[in-house]
Amino acid sequence: MFQYEFMRYAFLASTFIAITCGVVGVYVVARSFSFLAHTLSEIGFAGAAFAVFIGVAPLWGMLLFTLLGSISVGELSIHSDQKESAISAISALFIGLGVLFLAISNSNSRYATNILFGSIIGVDRDGVIQLVILSIIVLLMIFIVQRQLNFDSFDHIGAVAHGIKTGFIGVVFLVALAMSVSIGAQIVGSLLVFILLTLPSSTARYLGRTIPSMIAWSVGIALFGVWLGLYLGFITNWPVTFFISLIEVVIYLAAYFTHVIRHKL
Amino acid sequence: MILNVKNLSMKFDNKVVFKDLNFDLKKGSMTALLGPNGTGKTTLINILMKLMPPTSGSFKFSDNVKLGYVPQFRNIDAEYPLSIKAFVGLNAPLIKTSKVKQHIDHELEETNLLEIQNTRMGEASGGQKQRAYLAQALLDEPNMIILDEATASLDPVAKEELMKLIKHLNREHGMTVLFVTHDVPLAKKYMDEYLYLNHQTIEQGKMSDFKGDYE
Repeated sequence: MFQYEFMRYAFLASTFIAITCGVVGVYVVARSFSFLAHTLSEIGFAGAAFAVFIGVAPLWGMLLFTLLGSISVGELSIHSDQKESAISAISALFIGLGVLFLAISNSNSRYATNILFGSIIGVDRDGVIQLVILSIIVLLMIFIVQRQLNFDSFDHIGAVAHGIKTGFIGVVFLVALAMSVSIGAQIVGSLLVFILLTLPSSTARYLGRTIPSMIAWSVGIALFGVWLGLYLGFITNWPVTFFISLIEVVIYLAAYFTHVIRHKL
Repeated sequence: MILNVKNLSMKFDNKVVFKDLNFDLKKGSMTALLGPNGTGKTTLINILMKLMPPTSGSFKFSDNVKLGYVPQFRNIDAEYPLSIKAFVGLNAPLIKTSKVKQHIDHELEETNLLEIQNTRMGEASGGQKQRAYLAQALLDEPNMIILDEATASLDPVAKEELMKLIKHLNREHGMTVLFVTHDVPLAKKYMDEYLYLNHQTIEQGKMSDFKGDYE
């Protein structure tokens, strides 16, 4: 299947996206940000629709909206007493906006489907280069603040007690998360990007006992999911997103039930 | 003198937590900070740790002080994934050179956690968790340690074990200890001096002379 250029691009792009989402996901789950990741993907949908409306590539609209969204929603989730209601209200507003932008831009429904459910097979050479560069930027951001991010994500109170600038680390992480949502959405779509951001890392929590081992498991499981998903999509002509979701969910459930059974014995 | 506190006052909105606190802590002392719930013990510690500014007054640690702090609450639930060793190592450099690893092992040994270092924190007992919090703070090689209600949720055996460890740190390493608690019998058994915070003021004395009844 690698004789086809679009499959080579698809594999390269999804490899970088899986690595990025696998790494960032470990911190998403540790910081209990799964719901936020889900909301950001909806905000990303509105951003992509907005980009279509003004005539630029969806990725840039997504980046703009998720960056603005992550900072404002992140602030809300830290300060508001009713954070879940507040976040739900914001995501409802953005889904509405997304629908509006798509309607007034006269784009066909196929465009909407691509944004919502992903279109990795349609990634071209420039798209791959953009995704790879953005992935590397995210990974570098995480690496630069990793010691403080580890401490803050896995022991927030201890980090505060040790004088770590947790506010600054929080903002850096929200930016990294927004970028991950935007690039991850390119394969699995904005509706399902949180799968790559939460399921491999949730599975990794059952398998690893150190942060490096959790990252290794999370990246490994994300890579396995996207690679096998692409292969199965190629041979069956069914949506790649379906296979990726299925694989990640099956692995997660297997790890979860193994964990439960082990603890009952 | 390792700590000198002068006229320290704290108000939240119009509610006075305490006013004009004056006290000193001696180097190498073991002091219990006693007082009923809600009298501002944790607020006082937060001010000393520079996590919040006082309304007025000042305090000064001696120049060579290296503070270790074990806060009262942690977000460690039953599903928390990190091993005890990885949790303690959160307070170590990212790149674990052999020197860093040795240091972590040393603190695990000191806090009697070496044998269970691979147990997940979520599955550790209350006493093991408290010792892990302490080990994490000890990685900074402090010469003074502040523990906030470290024994509050522990069973009697775990309490004794933790207090013996704190006593050991004081005797063998000359560590100054400020131990926040409302367990007076425990404080009488292990601490030398007390600070009693109640009715917005503080009283200092020898633990054996403590007569406070929390009224």
